This record gives sequence, structure tokens and C-alpha cells, in this order.
Amino acid sequence: MIRFILNQHTIETTHPEGLTVLDFVRYQQHLTGTKIGCREGDCGACTILVGTLKDTQMTYQSMTSCLMPLKNAHGKHIVTIEGINCEHLTPIQQAIVEEGGTQCGFCTVGFVVSLTGFSLSQKSATYENAIASIDGNICRCTGYKSLERAADRITQSLQHKNQNQSLEWLTTKGFIPKYFEQIPQRLLALYQQANGSLQQAQQKAVYVGGGTDLFVQRPEAMVHTPITPLLDQGTLKYIYAEEGNCYIGGAVTAEELQDNALMQQIFPDIRAYMKLVSSTPIRNMGTIAGNFVNASPIGDLTNFFLALDSYIVLNDSGKRRELPLKTFYLGYKKLDKTATEYIEAIYFKIPQPTDYFNFEKVCKRTHLDIASVNSSCFLQVNEDGIITQAHISAGGVGPIPMYLEQTRKALIGQKVHADRLQHANKILQSEISPISDARGSAAYKRLLLRQLFYAHFLTFFPNKINLKALIAV
Amino acid sequence: MLTTQTNTESLKTVMKNRDSHSHVSGKSIYVDDIPVRIGTLYAAVFSSPHAHGKLQELNLSEAKQMPGVVRIFTHHDILGENQIGGIIPDEPLFAEHEVHYQGQPIALVIADTEANAREALHKIKVDIAPLPIIVDPREAQAKGELIIPPRSFRLGDTAAAFEQCTYIFEGTAETAGQEHLYIEGQGAYAYPMENGSIRIASSTQGPTALQRTAAQVLGIPMHQIEVDVTRLGGGFGGKEDQATTWGVMAALAVQHLQRPVKLILHRMDDMKMTGKRNPYTSDYKIGLDENHRILAYEATYYQNAGAAADLSPAIMERTLFHANNSYFIPNVTATAYSCRTNIPPNTAFRGFGGPQAMFVIEAAIDHAAKALQIDTNIIQRKNLLTENSEFPYGQHAKDCEAKACWDTATEQYDLKKLQQEVADFNAQNELLKKGLALMPICFGISFTKTSMNQARALVHVYHDGSVGVSTGAVEMGQGVNTKMAQVAAHAFGISIERIKIETTNTTRVANTSPSAASATADLNGKALLNACQQIKDRFLELAARRLKVAVDDVLLKNECVYIKEEKTDFTWKKLVMDAFLERLNLSAKGHYATPVIHFDKAKEKGHPFAYHVYGTAIITATLDCVRGTYTFDSVKVVHDFGASMNRMIDLGQTEGGIVQGIGWMTMEELLYNKDGRLLSNALSTYKIPDIYSVPDEVSVQFLRTDNRHDLAIFHSKAVGEPPLMYGIGAYFAVRNAILAFNPQANVPFSAPITPEKVLMGLYGSK
Repeated sequence: MIRFILNQHTIETTHPEGLTVLDFVRYQQHLTGTKIGCREGDCGACTILVGTLKDTQMTYQSMTSCLMPLKNAHGKHIVTIEGINCEHLTPIQQAIVEEGGTQCGFCTVGFVVSLTGFSLSQKSATYENAIASIDGNICRCTGYKSLERAADRITQSLQHKNQNQSLEWLTTKGFIPKYFEQIPQRLLALYQQANGSLQQAQQKAVYVGGGTDLFVQRPEAMVHTPITPLLDQGTLKYIYAEEGNCYIGGAVTAEELQDNALMQQIFPDIRAYMKLVSSTPIRNMGTIAGNFVNASPIGDLTNFFLALDSYIVLNDSGKRRELPLKTFYLGYKKLDKTATEYIEAIYFKIPQPTDYFNFEKVCKRTHLDIASVNSSCFLQVNEDGIITQAHISAGGVGPIPMYLEQTRKALIGQKVHADRLQHANKILQSEISPISDARGSAAYKRLLLRQLFYAHFLTFFPNKINLKALIAV
Repeated sequence: MLTTQTNTESLKTVMKNRDSHSHVSGKSIYVDDIPVRIGTLYAAVFSSPHAHGKLQELNLSEAKQMPGVVRIFTHHDILGENQIGGIIPDEPLFAEHEVHYQGQPIALVIADTEANAREALHKIKVDIAPLPIIVDPREAQAKGELIIPPRSFRLGDTAAAFEQCTYIFEGTAETAGQEHLYIEGQGAYAYPMENGSIRIASSTQGPTALQRTAAQVLGIPMHQIEVDVTRLGGGFGGKEDQATTWGVMAALAVQHLQRPVKLILHRMDDMKMTGKRNPYTSDYKIGLDENHRILAYEATYYQNAGAAADLSPAIMERTLFHANNSYFIPNVTATAYSCRTNIPPNTAFRGFGGPQAMFVIEAAIDHAAKALQIDTNIIQRKNLLTENSEFPYGQHAKDCEAKACWDTATEQYDLKKLQQEVADFNAQNELLKKGLALMPICFGISFTKTSMNQARALVHVYHDGSVGVSTGAVEMGQGVNTKMAQVAAHAFGISIERIKIETTNTTRVANTSPSAASATADLNGKALLNACQQIKDRFLELAARRLKVAVDDVLLKNECVYIKEEKTDFTWKKLVMDAFLERLNLSAKGHYATPVIHFDKAKEKGHPFAYHVYGTAIITATLDCVRGTYTFDSVKVVHDFGASMNRMIDLGQTEGGIVQGIGWMTMEELLYNKDGRLLSNALSTYKIPDIYSVPDEVSVQFLRTDNRHDLAIFHSKAVGEPPLMYGIGAYFAVRNAILAFNPQANVPFSAPITPEKVLMGLYGSK
């Protein structure tokens, strides 16, 4: 039995746990405001809000219901547009109307839901954050300018939000209906009704994190697949530092990663990096472990952590083993992992302030796209300007997410100088084996990786390295 | 200068899209939202896995045994004709002996649930003996695989004119296709009515096309098919002809099963099975005199039609109409081939072949300018159309706004300053370069097939004073329902709240043209005006009689009868009730056929367009020369809206069109491999603009003009398609930025200019 609150109503259902929340709300609950656009998390027409009770507070996140198994709704407050509508238009709906931000209307609900999620979030009421909240919503009609104007209006109207009592402020101002205020108690009661716990008996089943890859790749099979959910496992959600290492639980999402204070301290540009990684709703769902296990040669998080020379901790019913992430990939989509193991954690040595780190990604569309090529680089340089340590990763240029061992060796012991980098690029080119596909020709991927490799150094040493010297023949 | 900001100010008083409240609340109803009737069955389409071959065997036995499967239909089940071709009867509903593209429908599975129907698809076995596959239109042309014979438009004598030219340049220009990516996919829901009639709720731009085709396939008269359209979640041309297939299939299943049947395509099926904007590859030859006046222009277009005609012959025709874009060229020879290939039949897409032609002439001009080492805009400006300029098809430019738009844009947006800023930026930056381009447009309004330029409207005034309006216009986001409500409210002088726009339904308004060609508001609005006028005349006669004044002195406004400028207490509600009690007819059917237009295909001359729409855009791009990625700083437009009847809707169409055009020119890359397989077959591989990829600034200035275009509804010019073509400027802006970094770069005139092409250009050499 899966229990949750859908808008105002408590749901107890025996529908398959692999049924998507999208199909459940549209075809079982007849809530047709949530639309089907692509069923792969790429358009945002099916965006819903997922409310989680933490202590006595609710936190709401936007997610694409097309990739969300019913199992992951368990114990949550699921909000569709029908649960947002008030007697009058909400300020968010009103802003979109006033600015002409809706034409055919099919994507509009997704925008309303995402922006409502923004109003409910702890994020500060800036225009940039408002826009970021709709970075996973595609509109084919408006060209977005009217939606930008609406987002600007909404930002203005949220300036006076009381962060301490935001729920009350939002209901008073008509952003959300009054019933939201009762949700924490109701969810608590739901837990108590289920004998104080919503933990369910574990059965042999497929591990599912956010579902953002599985439900794209095997949507029809997943409906009938028993699921062991990992996304909401509190025991897998942590980020902490200990003895110079940073430990991250496998169920930490990309969004949690970028919002984390420790991560922001270690990687001052992490928000800029993560802005290149999928979209807000997908980052709200997709986990680090999921990204690793999916084993896509262009997995962004995999690429990122490879260049930190990270280790992963695998867990099999309590039996643990550790291995370097770079040895995890045996071949195309082939892992050093048994079916019963899951990634419990990842850890890496925390870079020093004097170390260098950079993440690069280029795709056809800069945001909400899969990389043609991505690359990360970690670098230590001593006082004499000699490279003493280097880790370089590259995605999209081979069957697995690559750790460039030979390139790394070519750099260590060298000065940061254009001709040394040119030499290292020659080594790099010999390490990779890109193929031509929808993301680019092999020749392009080679050239692009060269450029991204150079981009690391242009970013690290803008005064020492110049492009002309690097590309001079 | 009027910026987006001040535009917004001026929009505050404007009529909002009437659907906007239900849109933002999720209460608007699309096909898949219609409450399902008891007994509804679900359909899924089995399509060809091969691009070309002989259909040897189709084995359905295992699929038929799958849970929930009710029946599987093939061409054997068609009681009428297995034919859906609109212009040319060359396209079967279900493949019979051969398949001609991957994704061509072969069978239709009907089951109790959608999941069961889709599951059964996997059990269908098909044996296809391969035949040679063609995906390249030039190869098709060389092998004589043409949809229709080639056509040529001619003005003057190019052969003689080239003799006079100081400069001549030749080259090739290519534009890839474009997936419509309406966010609502294709779909239809059909159910049985009594006596063999069938009602089809469809997401179609062409209700009559669906009605006619369904009747033909089912072997029943058109009056037994009722098509009803509430609205579309986007169309852009992709549901003009190609929505028909799915509506007909659902109706076919209903005919046999007498149960409601729903067919909604999944996105990947939609992308695989439906046609897109036609890709083109073209050759050009341009000749100029020493003063950079274009004397002669030859273009040969190879249109990739795909496997069947669909609308490609008409699209090809519009390519020829727009060969010279916004320029007067005294000697033109434009020839087009519609080439049959083994990809899905391509179809209408905003611009309808016009943008493809415009890209070629812009490439030719840019080629000339770069070779002559002058700014492209010098040649562009010098050759703009002027009043009475002759188009290659014989029509003359009237109320020509080409120079007015260009000069207003370059002055008000200060082109010189913009150019200087780009030059300064490029001098100061090594890793980033900017590029700027101008894009003038001229687009003809009317269906180029003269007979399609007709429309009807049905108006009921109910005796409580409320009004119901039916037209042939389909609401697909372009705001036509709002414009129709404005027309009726204005005609009767009553509040727009009294007007309801009904669904588009073939039993209320018959024999409609599709909502397309930017002409929907003009045609249907004029027909509506005609209907309203008939009722109004009856009301005015009644009012004059009651008030004992001359009928010419009575008018309706502010919900009241006025005598000259004086308000009476004869209200709209009273007037309507009195008319009803006097047994006057409170309903009327209006009709409109665009006057003036004609075209003689034998001579390829005539006056095909009611009027032309003009405009100019200035586009600036910034290029990251390390990574090969780019952003757009601004698109600054002066556009000829005539006297816009709804600035908010027209601005929305303009902004949306620009971004869609930029998408076509930049990131939207349709990739077919040699086997005719679509590689970019999902939203994960086919990328359309997201909110971060739109220009930082889009400024749209409404051209001030004294010209009154009587053939435009309320003098408000058609706006649907023309703005898309500003996007072509984005290609040239990026190209110019590449050349700023690497003057030796070899950047073929090949759109879209993806980050891949950019990087290869930046670091390649001639």
C-alpha cells in the first residue's frame, strides 16, 4: 500500500509502485491539468510539486511526474495544478496572464507549478532564482520573453515574503490555498497511522533513486517492476567533512549538492557547474549514485567526481567494500558491481584553497542537454609553477566515463606552459576513442575535448596561458 | 526608442488572451483531457522499421493473442480508399505492398488499455525486402524521383543580365528540417454516433481535411463525419495535414468496432512518424553591378519532400514566391524541384517554404559582400523593395514598407553605434567575439492556392443578449479566438464578455480552409464581420423604427443604441429581446472570399497575395571562441503590423516566432542517417530553445505607418509566420562572429549553425 496526500486528499493505493505519478494523477485521479509532453523529463509539462516533511516543516521541490514512480510519492504531499488553484488566480497565475505568458497553454501549467515551487522554497526572491526554477520548462510558443517578464513580476511580489512563516504568508497572499497549512499535521498523522513509520518491508527489487534514467530507458518495463526506493533514504542523505575527506551519501541529489554549504565552500563555482547539469526538477530527483550506476559515458556528476579521484562505497545488505570510481567502469554500461550492491557513499580528499578545480561541458543547447563532451580537471601546482598533481576526466569520448591516466602523467612534473599543454593534448588524443553520433562527429569531439582541456588552463591561469599560443601550430 | 519595457507599458490596456485564465489553471481542455466515455478503447500504431522495401509478410497472430487486444487493423480493413494524400493521391493510410520511410504506419492495434495496445506492438512481425534508400534530395532529383514536375519563376532575362554584371558569385546553401515540437503531441478521440456517423475530437489545424479524408477512407459521405476541435497545444503547421492520419485511424476503428477509440501518439512515435519542415539544398548565382546593385539572381532549390507529396508542392511554390525576399531584383530565374526521398513526408511549418528561400538569397548576398569586403548590409539596403517594385511572379509591391522598416530600425536602434560596439568588443577580447547581422523580411499573405482564400462564420445572438460565434478558425495558441471575440464585440458594440467562441466544428462551419498561412484571422474575421453585420442591420432597422429616426442615424456602441452621438436607454439586451419577440432572425452565416487575388500557374504570374508584411531585425551574437558556444545579446526589430488590433497577442507571436526561427538556425538539428533513421528522435537529442538560450533582449517596435490595409482585418496585418524569418539573421550573426575570430574560417552556408559547426569553423581553414 502506498500512502500520500495528493493535493487535499489522502491517497491509499495498491496501484503498481512503478506506475508513474503522471499516469496516476491523469488517468486514475482524472486530474488532467498535468500534461504529457515527452515522458522523458525534458519538457516540464508534467511538473508537480513534491512536499517532504522534515521535523515539522515542509519543503517542496518541483519534479517531473513522468519519471517519478508512485513508490517515490509514498509519505509525500504531491501537488498538481488542481491543488494550487485558489478562488482567484494566484499572483503567479495573474502575472503570466498580465504579461501574455501563455499562448497555446499546454506548457503553461508546468510553468505555474515550477514558479509556485519557487515561491514555496527557501531560495531568495531574486530574478535569477525565479528563472532557474523554470529552467526545466520548455515552451514552444512564447519565446519566453513574456515569461521572463512574468517571473520579474513574481519576484517583485515575493520581496516581502516572511521566510520564518512563509507558508502562512503565502496562503494569506493567495499564492497557495489555505489547506497547505494543515499538511504537516496530516502527513504526521499519516505516518502514525502506518504504525509510526512509513518504512516498508524490503523485498528483492530494483534499486531506484530519482528514476531519471530508468524511467527514460525502460518506462514500460518499470511499471511492473518492484522497487527498492533509495531517493528518500535519510541514511543515504548526508554531506560532511572528516579528516580531510568529504563524504557524500549516495542518495544526495544534484540540487542538494549545489545547495550544500560545504560543497559551496570547497567548490565556489558549483552553482555555475550545476547550472550546466540538466534542470531544476531533474536535479531535484537525480542522485549521485544514480548518475554513477547509469554509467553513461557522459554522466556529468561521474565526470566531476572522477577528477577528484573519488572513492565509492558499495553496500550489499550491510557488507561494504570500497573502490576508486575510476576502476568502477569495466566497459560500456558494465560496472564492477553485483546486482544486490548499491552505492552507499562517495568520498574524496578535499582540495586545498591553493588547488585548482574546473568543470567544463559543451552540448548542442547549453542548458538542459546531454553533453557532447564534458571534462573536469583537478590540479596542484607548487611555488615553482610545477604541476605536482593532476586528475583529468573526459566524457563522451569513449565507452565509459574516462579518467585520463596518460594525460595526467604527461602533466605531472611539467611547468604550466603552452607547449607542455600542447604536448599533453597529443597524449590526450591518443587516450580517447570518440564515435560519431547525434551528439557530434568523432572529429568534433576530439577538437572539443582539446578545447575543453585548454579551457581548464585558460580558466586557471588567465594571465599565463593564452589561446593563440595554445592553438598555434 | 521603444524597448520591450515600454511595449509592456502600452500592453496594459490590451485585451488579454481569453484562454489565459483556463490555461494558467490547467482547466483548458485538449484532446487527451476529454473525459472518456464508457467502453473507450485505445490505439497504438505499428510502423515500418525500414525506410524502403517490399512488404513480404505481416504476422499479427502473436500480437492478437496479447492481453486486452481487441483487434488489429491493416489496409485490408479499409472500406473506402486507402488514400490520405491531400494535394496528390500518393499516400496510403496503411502501407500495402511497399514501405517508403521508417515510421510509415502499417497496422493499428486496438486494446482495452493504452499499455496493452503498446505492449502488443512488440509482438508484430514484419518481413520487408530492402530496396535502395535515398535521403539526399539531389540524389533523388538526379534519379528522377520528383513529386511534381519542376517549376520556374522568371522575371527579366538572367542570362543577358549576367553579361552586364561586374561581380558574379555562385555557391550552395542548405537548411535542415525542423521538428514542430508542439508540446501537445498528435492525437484524436473518435466515437460512434447513430446511423454510422462518427464524431472525431482532434488536435488538427485542418478540420475539413480530416473530415474529407476520413469520409474517403471509410467510404461514407462527409456529412457522416463530424470533426470538433476545441484547441491545440501548438501546431506550427505540423497539424495542418499531418493530424489527419491519426483522426482517420481512430475513425476507422470506430467504424468497425462501434466503440469509442482514442489514439494519442507518444513523443518518440510522433517524431518518428510525422513529417517536418522540408530540408532544402540550393544553388545560387548572384550578379551585381559596380554600385552593388543586384542585377541578376538565379536559384535552384532541391526540396526534400520525403516519401509523399503531403503539402510539399505548395511549400515549393511558396519557396519560389519568396526567392527574392525583401529585395527588388530585375532579373530572376528561380527553379524548384520537389524531391522524393525515404524520410517521412515533410509538411507545413511556419513560413511554409518561404524561410528556406530567404536563407538562400541572404547567403548569396553575404557571399558577395564578404568577397567584395564590404558590409553585407550595404548590399541589403541598396536593393530593398520600393513602391511598385515587381516581384518575379508579376505582383507589384504596394504600400511597400521595406525601406521604412529598415531605416526606422537602423536609425532608432542606432546601427552605427551597435556596429562600433561590436568592433570595439572584438578588438578588446581574444576569447569572445561578437557578430552582428541585419535581416529584412517580406512575406506574402494569402494561401497561394487562390481557392483556399475563403471562410465562413456562424453567429447566434441568444435572446438574453449573449452571443455564440463559430468560425473555421482553430485556436492553437496564436490567439485567434481572442481576435474573433474582438471582431464580434466591436461589430455589435457590446462587451467582449458577451461573446463566446465555440469550438471549431465541421457541422457548424463547413468546407473550411485550415488555420494556416497566417491568414486565419483575416479570412475568418472578415466572414465573422459579415455575419455580425447582417444581424446588426436587422437590429438597426428595428431600433430606427422604434425610435422613429433614420436608420443611418442609429448606431450600436457601449451596449446601447445611440442616435448619432447621443445615448438612448435602448439597451443591447432590450434590443435583442425586442427583435426576438418581433420574430427577427437572430442568427446569421457570414461568408468571405479574398478579393483581388489570382494566379495563373501556366504563366507563373498573377497577384497571389492580398498584401505583404515587412520588417527588419538587427541581431547580435556573442561567441565563446574557446568552446564554440554562443549566446544572443539582442534582437531589435521594427515590424509592420499595420494597425495591430491586439498588441499583446501580436507581440507574443513576434517574440515566439523569432525564437522559433533562431532555434531552426542554431540548435535544432534533425539528423537522418543513410538508412533513413531519424537519430534526433526525442527531446533528449533534438533540442529546441529553452529559457536560457533566448536573446537577452528582444525589442519589437511597431512600425508607424499611414497605410491602411483594407484586406487585413481591422487593418491589423497577419502576424503568424513572418517573424520566424528574423531568426535567419541569427545564423549570419554567429557566422560573422566566427569570421571575426578566424577570417580564414570555412563556414559553409549550412544551417543550423550548431556548436559543432562553429568549432569546426573557428579552428578550420579554407
